[in-house]
Amino acid sequence: MWNYIIRNIGQRLILLIIVSFVAHSFIHLAPGEPSEVDPMNPRMKPEDIAKIRAAFHLDDPVYMQYAYWIRDLGTGELKSFKDSQPVLPKIWNRFLNSLPLFLLATVLVWTWAFPTGIHGAVHRGSLYDRSTVLLAYALISVPGFFLSFLAILWVVGWFGVPVIGIKTFGMDHADLAFKIMDRVWHLVIPSVMAAIGGIAVLSRYVRSQMLEVLSQDYVRTARAKGLQDDTVVYGHALGNALLPFVTMFGLLLPELIGGAVIFEQIFAWPGLGRLGYEAILNRDFPVIMTLNLIAAILTLAGTLLSDILYAVVDPRIRLH
Amino acid sequence: MNESPETLAHQRSRLLLDPEELPPSETPWQEFLRIYLKDYQALLGFWVLMLLLVTAFAGKVFTEWWVVFDPEVVRLTDTFLPPFSVPSPDSIEVDRPLGGVYLMGTDELGRDVFARMFQGSFVSLSIGFVAVGISLGIGIVLGGLAGFYGHVKLGFVTVDTLIMRFTDAMMCFPRFFLILTAVALLPPSIYTIMMIIGFFGWMGTARFVRAEFFSIREQDYVVAAKALGIPEGRIIFRHMVPNALAPVFVSATIGVASAILTESGLSFLGFGVPPPYATWGNILSDGKGFIFDAPWLFFIPGLAIFIVVLAFNLVGEGLREALNPKLRRR
Repeated sequence: MWNYIIRNIGQRLILLIIVSFVAHSFIHLAPGEPSEVDPMNPRMKPEDIAKIRAAFHLDDPVYMQYAYWIRDLGTGELKSFKDSQPVLPKIWNRFLNSLPLFLLATVLVWTWAFPTGIHGAVHRGSLYDRSTVLLAYALISVPGFFLSFLAILWVVGWFGVPVIGIKTFGMDHADLAFKIMDRVWHLVIPSVMAAIGGIAVLSRYVRSQMLEVLSQDYVRTARAKGLQDDTVVYGHALGNALLPFVTMFGLLLPELIGGAVIFEQIFAWPGLGRLGYEAILNRDFPVIMTLNLIAAILTLAGTLLSDILYAVVDPRIRLH
Repeated sequence: MNESPETLAHQRSRLLLDPEELPPSETPWQEFLRIYLKDYQALLGFWVLMLLLVTAFAGKVFTEWWVVFDPEVVRLTDTFLPPFSVPSPDSIEVDRPLGGVYLMGTDELGRDVFARMFQGSFVSLSIGFVAVGISLGIGIVLGGLAGFYGHVKLGFVTVDTLIMRFTDAMMCFPRFFLILTAVALLPPSIYTIMMIIGFFGWMGTARFVRAEFFSIREQDYVVAAKALGIPEGRIIFRHMVPNALAPVFVSATIGVASAILTESGLSFLGFGVPPPYATWGNILSDGKGFIFDAPWLFFIPGLAIFIVVLAFNLVGEGLREALNPKLRRR
């Protein structure tokens, strides 16, 4: 068991090094530079551009830039090109803003996908099954922002609550209850929108996984013994069907962070996704690279955690 | 042993089954068709896609080669006309649309939305197909290499480790964010968008192909082909790749759908296909500013994208059901 965990961590560390190479070289091999953001500015003299390039180490070879980046990241002195603020606190603040969104979206995905998928598989071919499958397809086929716009129109028009931003401006003197409700409305709509894709995808996986398990011999044996239907489905089949999903936990994270770029832009949510978007517009390389790296680290941590969990839950793994 | 030779012969003839009496054996293709044709959702999706293909080619022909519907004519007299409205009397004679009616209305510059959608159908579809073609190419080559030459050692690592660790590393990044960064940094053009969406979508295919190759490599027909001394390249491309392609084909169908969605997402953030080309994504994202004044600019492209992507997804799912025996109803 410990061997397995240690080996797993070792593999992840190697992956982390590859990831940091990719995150860095990817940005620097592409054309387009921070010094070119404002090429028409008449006040930008060639000397100024040279000065900027020197300050950002842009004249050094790529591997030296990589070394500088890792060094500054390690000492926490990495500065944004845009406003010379330290990158890590900047990302941390935005991460704290995004966190409730990520958490609620994740909770929604995992609490909705399973019952929907399992119920569909157990009652295969029923009206419920067919309509949820079709609905799932419909939901992954809509452009995310199209659906969000409709949702905004509907919520604002029907309930008359504002949903743009993290809270309503100028509510400082309102009652606590109003403030909380305001926050909740602002949080729920974007989280639901971010979760919808995940729910649709995951519930289909759950359904097909459950179908596969239900056609196994041991389920037939359990039925042949004359056990209650519920005992067979929930006692014998469910556990085995759910096992693979332990490993999916980590892999859903990049989707969530990537999707945040669009949803935070729509809902004017000052989170990680918008920070990334602003950084891209400003050619703010340190922020882009560090964001990519942090997203990858989160994913690696997530997959590591799910691999270990999987080994704990599934005794067959330990044999290898 | 008192049975007569007659009865023995009779019994023997009963044991040898008459081929006429057996149920006709199905070729895999027939079996696939039988299952697919029963799935009415997938069939519907298939016909929608056929219609779309025809529309897309007609769109290419009629908006670019032989201009019947000109998507680029600006008519400042006819801005924001709703669908099925006729050009205003003071519009210029030659700029009026075919048939004298704007089927899908006009946008803020008086351009004919129908012509733009018509042109966009080809552009959007080709973005989907080219992007998926690129990601399939990379995925099949890398996955095939890892699956077939995986055990070969390069120095201290095997080919398989090298390729799969790189694949794992690429899967850790938020895909949409990477695509957005690349699109923003590279010079804006429709070709870079196609290529970038393709370059960041091959990871799933590579893993599929590798897994398939691992299982196929041990099959008797591959061993037999090796024993016959057939060159490796031929074994891979003539014998193994066609057998590994079924799941890849399914993921390609769904990949086209997600490429179209990705393009519309990029358009929304302002990094879509640059102006001379209309795509459904950029018509939709241009239309979002006029959702109250001119709802058709928002809903027509939105619904078009929805229907097409849904059709791709349903066809993909139908293919998966028909190709994968495990999911079939028992």
